[in-house]
Amino acid sequence: MCLAIPMKVVSIEGPVAQVEESGVRREARVDFLEDLAVGDYVIVHAGIAIQRLDEEAAEETLKLLKEVFSARPERTPES
Amino acid sequence: MPDLNELRNPELIHSLAARVRAMRVPPATLMEVCGTHTVAIARYGLRSALPEGVRLISGPGCPVCVTPQTQIDHFIALGRLPNVMLATFGDMLRVPGSERSLEQARAEGVEVLICYSPMDAVAAAERAPEREVIFFGIGFETTAPAVALAITEARRRGLRNFTVLAAHKLIPPALAALVASDLKVDGFICPGHVSVIIGSDAYRPTAARGKPCVVAGFEPADVLQAIYMLLQQVAEGRSEVEVEYSRVVHPEGNRKAQELIAQTFRIVDAGWRGIGVIPASGMDIAEEYADFDAARRFTVDLPPTKDPVGCRCGDVLRGAIEPHECPLFGTACTPAHPVGSCMVSSEGACQAHYRYRGVEEARGW
Repeated sequence: MCLAIPMKVVSIEGPVAQVEESGVRREARVDFLEDLAVGDYVIVHAGIAIQRLDEEAAEETLKLLKEVFSARPERTPES
Repeated sequence: MPDLNELRNPELIHSLAARVRAMRVPPATLMEVCGTHTVAIARYGLRSALPEGVRLISGPGCPVCVTPQTQIDHFIALGRLPNVMLATFGDMLRVPGSERSLEQARAEGVEVLICYSPMDAVAAAERAPEREVIFFGIGFETTAPAVALAITEARRRGLRNFTVLAAHKLIPPALAALVASDLKVDGFICPGHVSVIIGSDAYRPTAARGKPCVVAGFEPADVLQAIYMLLQQVAEGRSEVEVEYSRVVHPEGNRKAQELIAQTFRIVDAGWRGIGVIPASGMDIAEEYADFDAARRFTVDLPPTKDPVGCRCGDVLRGAIEPHECPLFGTACTPAHPVGSCMVSSEGACQAHYRYRGVEEARGW
């Protein structure tokens, strides 16, 4: 029930933003976020944007995990 | 924007799983306290990546599952009052009360509007000023800001026909109760989206009591990484709060959401299905917003509370048993004919175990 998904902000009008993911567009309240801009990614739960997605942190997480992947030269195709 | 689909890449998951499985750790039991994690673990068969002696159990992380029968009974009774239209998240529809679920009450004539957002219920109240719209305010800290916003929005629009039956639950007091109980848990996978609101600092008291906490995201790679981080803490004898889900979770959480919650709700002792009353673990509506409190505005008679016979949902929710240890699991109790809330909810531990049975063997990370 605490499902929340990243969506891209396509427009903002007052406390309401249009957000989009995979071609699906929705309305989301953005009362809880400051200095939000079009193009930002937010995570949306029950019609409310609860946080901005930190793209740098996302990049770091991916990098960290991929290091594990590339540090395993012993892996075989079926492993 | 980095491609987050990578976090589901099977090759990446294989290498993360191999790293977890190769860890040398003492026997340990880890608990996930979020229904969305429960589903991710079952769906991707992540238990097959655990090292020998490490167990993963589910805790009270499904808000629908922990809502006690009395609150469902209360909501249904409100729906029988003249002129009332109930409004709820769809997850709640099939959860059994003492005598019936909302879905059964609906078949008997109670009007129930399914909402994606509590704002939908506010809009319904605005469209139908002659009706009383009552929203069921359930959920953890993730959902409470949305309900708080709906209440303040209803006041701003001058609506007098919108109320909320608030039955919100809080995660840190539940963790404190679990740590104080006789349950043996060596670390917690903490809920990602609850933590967006409350911040990872909220788990410091749990870590200070010797239980490492890692806040995790919901992709399979996130969960495996969080398990790795937790087991590292266990192996090194550390007990700290760490955040794997740093792309959205910050130490202080979302202050604006916290402020609105504090204004709109008040903290109360709350009953958890199968666990009992946990002090200061729930929220109902603050005095300031009493006009929007369905419990204050309407008086109803409630039937005596009844538990389903033989169902061990409560023990599952406390992590005391695993779903398959319940005698009803998979025989008298299935998703098509559920007995307890853990089999009803798509994020309940029983339904996740049932639906994805065999996945671990098939995946074999």
